[in-house]
Amino acid sequence: MIALFAAASPVADGGMSTRAHVAITLITLAGLVFVIRMVRRSQLRSKYTVLWLAASMTIVVLVLFPNLLARLSRLLGIYYPPATFLAIAVGVLFLVAVQFSWELSRSEERIRVLAEEVALLRERVEAVSGESDPTTDPDVSSSG
Amino acid sequence: MVRRSEKAINTLVIIPAYNEELALPDVLGSLAAREDLDVVVVDDGSSDRTSRVAAEGGATVVTLPFNLGIGGALRCGFRYAVRSGYERAVQFDADGQHDVAALRAILAPLDDGADLVIGSRVTDGAGAYAVGRARGSAMGMLRRVVKLLSGRTIMDTSSGFRAFSRPMLEYFARTYPYEYMESVEALLSAMNAGFEVIEVPVVMHSRTAGEASTVRFRLVYHYLRVMLMLVVKMRRRRPREAT
Repeated sequence: MIALFAAASPVADGGMSTRAHVAITLITLAGLVFVIRMVRRSQLRSKYTVLWLAASMTIVVLVLFPNLLARLSRLLGIYYPPATFLAIAVGVLFLVAVQFSWELSRSEERIRVLAEEVALLRERVEAVSGESDPTTDPDVSSSG
Repeated sequence: MVRRSEKAINTLVIIPAYNEELALPDVLGSLAAREDLDVVVVDDGSSDRTSRVAAEGGATVVTLPFNLGIGGALRCGFRYAVRSGYERAVQFDADGQHDVAALRAILAPLDDGADLVIGSRVTDGAGAYAVGRARGSAMGMLRRVVKLLSGRTIMDTSSGFRAFSRPMLEYFARTYPYEYMESVEALLSAMNAGFEVIEVPVVMHSRTAGEASTVRFRLVYHYLRVMLMLVVKMRRRRPREAT
């Protein structure tokens, strides 16, 4: 009964129901914990750590103080506060995606250069060591 | 394999090969008759015996650890050519399409100052080679785009039978594109950078073994991608870098 009532009554600040507020808070905290766990296992480079921690913290702050979003919206002349949040989120995610594409392209190029260098060095090594016959290589001869 | 430093050979034949164990022996056999050429086979991560067959055929073998595609294999070949000190190089197909007899025609313009010589299979004078309809119309469109972007008419923009001068090799060893249909991109990039491009007619054979790497469905996608890339990239004119 109480939960139903709480869900039905909009909370003054930010126009969010209590149930939604709680749910969003939990999800955001879970996200924050997830990021921190990845950092602790050293699965993230520190620059990404900064990025995602900052993003998570921002969302936590906005969830805890919905008034901030409402005030920011008024400042920007946006009537519907969630639209402000979504607009910013889309913008940030777009930039992140472009940055990732750039880094991926650069990484692939570097891997390609390395592969070519490895092939050339291997040819040199085999020529110098007199084993120019590639059949001596175990993984080549096994496939033939 | 006798290395370049021991013989006074200044021309390298680069053969990119991906799973070409069947066709390669004949190709290497036909090249072996030419004593004035060195041959390097770039094994593009083949799963068959391409490397072994190439070594048995007397070629130098450069084996890539995984498949990089024709562009990557070629760039690796260009690096090899530059480091080994060759003055010029020819790209030659592993599948028997190209004729050793045509090498003279494709190499000759280099002596007259050409940097990139394209052996064209559709210019007049060439026979024997029939082009499928889808591929034929794609070639026509690429021809028009190249004309639009460079002002030059190149009949066979995607030919894999090409000769390169030393400066061209040095340029491509750094910059050769590696995505599908890379030859068109490379052609425009060379012209943009101020290299002398020439096209000569050559006779080509049908493939002796293996499958053509172009599947029609993929062709359309890559074709559109190349168009987009060309239009976006070729706007900025790069000055030719000092080599």
